[in-house]
Amino acid sequence: MEFLTDPIKVVYDWLLELFLGWGWADWVAVLVIYLLGIVLFISAVMVLDILLVWVERKVVARFQDRLGPNRVGPFGLFQPFPDIIKLILKEDITPEGADRVVFNLAPILSLGSVLFLWAVVPLASRIYGVDLNVALLYIVAAGAIGTLSIIMAGWASNNKYALLGAYRMVANMISYEIPMVVALLIPTVLVGSMSFVAITEAQANYWFVLVSPLGALIFLVAAIAELGRSPFDLNEGESEIVSGYHIEYSGMKFGLFYAGELLHAFTFGGFIAALFFGGWHGPWAEQYPLLGAFYFVVKAMLGYWVIMWVKYTVPRIRIDHMLAFNWKFLTPLAFILLMVTAVTHRVLLDAPTWLYISGMFLSNVLLAWITVEGLRMQARRKREADVSAEPAAAD
Amino acid sequence: MENPWIYLGLFLVVGTIIPIAAIVMAAILAPRKPNPIKLSTYECGMETVGDSWVQFKAQYYVFALAFLIFDVETVFLFPWALSLNMMPLFVAVEGIIFILILLAGLYYIWQKGMLDWV
Repeated sequence: MEFLTDPIKVVYDWLLELFLGWGWADWVAVLVIYLLGIVLFISAVMVLDILLVWVERKVVARFQDRLGPNRVGPFGLFQPFPDIIKLILKEDITPEGADRVVFNLAPILSLGSVLFLWAVVPLASRIYGVDLNVALLYIVAAGAIGTLSIIMAGWASNNKYALLGAYRMVANMISYEIPMVVALLIPTVLVGSMSFVAITEAQANYWFVLVSPLGALIFLVAAIAELGRSPFDLNEGESEIVSGYHIEYSGMKFGLFYAGELLHAFTFGGFIAALFFGGWHGPWAEQYPLLGAFYFVVKAMLGYWVIMWVKYTVPRIRIDHMLAFNWKFLTPLAFILLMVTAVTHRVLLDAPTWLYISGMFLSNVLLAWITVEGLRMQARRKREADVSAEPAAAD
Repeated sequence: MENPWIYLGLFLVVGTIIPIAAIVMAAILAPRKPNPIKLSTYECGMETVGDSWVQFKAQYYVFALAFLIFDVETVFLFPWALSLNMMPLFVAVEGIIFILILLAGLYYIWQKGMLDWV
């Protein structure tokens, strides 16, 4: 059963033979096969996105002790379809004074930037879009298009709320991009490659979360901030700026922002799975790539669930706290972790695996302990200073 | 011609066309009955005062500058991280000196009060 061991190659060879048999030129045949594969891949991702609408609504309902959608189809599974039909049939309003070109381009880039990310994500051992040797830099670059789309939406709407929301969101996103990039550097150091496929393959024996638990945690926090989800959802503080940068959007354009946000969260769940939790690795995943793809989606769903868990549990924080947390805590910590990881990795490179893993794990735990202890001491000093200052103020 | 960049270029094109198709479909199917009230800028029922493209807080600009510096520096760190396994130990130490200089810059802007939201 060659199809089970390498499905992409079997289909590729079959189509190539077919097209060449029709007398097509070599490059035309390959190009058409690429195009078919891409359209199929992106359509699959979009179908997953439709499913995510249901997942998100059902999970938030459970967190808030409600039932959630349960009328349309079994368990309300078909609920997203009426949602989408409603969004398509709704009147699309472009407010007066809006910059029309930028206003229409923003939702396209918002969803597009998330779809672009999937080009490099390895779904299984031999199922992936493209094995780019600079995949991690590509992710950062494609993510920057998402940031751009938000400032475009806020600016073009000709609305003060939208502009404020966009500024806040962009300040948030670019700030938390630093710890995220540094957290991406950690797998690069461990593997010596920026290719997503190579990073996932290197985790055949042990997951990187064992080697760098603190790095995984920093990546998770930075990813949640990058998504603009609670507790970092300053961009849509309902009580202050209504719904932030997409306040003037309606109909399908709003739908694209919404779909982009959900898919972005799931994509980051997938990144966490691929970078730190072994990606598609699991029992028999090496021989049967389709099983590996199943493992990957399950792990990505778990990551997505953790992101939702944080979203619906933690209250929103203030913008000065948010930026201070990033620049005064997370960024220095990420850089120190990078230094510790690099030195420990380089020193233990030729050591046996058990020594390597335990050494890396202990260095991470030690750094986390020193950080927490330092924060405690600082908090105590501040508390004592407050106590000693109080009687003076009472006089 | 197994070129990954051709695949990536096609991916970017298709990834842009699909959202455009969604918007075009909505534009064909959706009703369009504009009136001045509907098209006015939303502001909780109030009439908007003045231009919406107002002056904004300079602090955002400061954070963007700090981001720019760090983002460029992390691009320098990627080659270092890639070649770490192949190089002798002192290369790792050199990278660390580079990161320490970066952190000194962060400490400087911290002490200057640029990181405080005022």
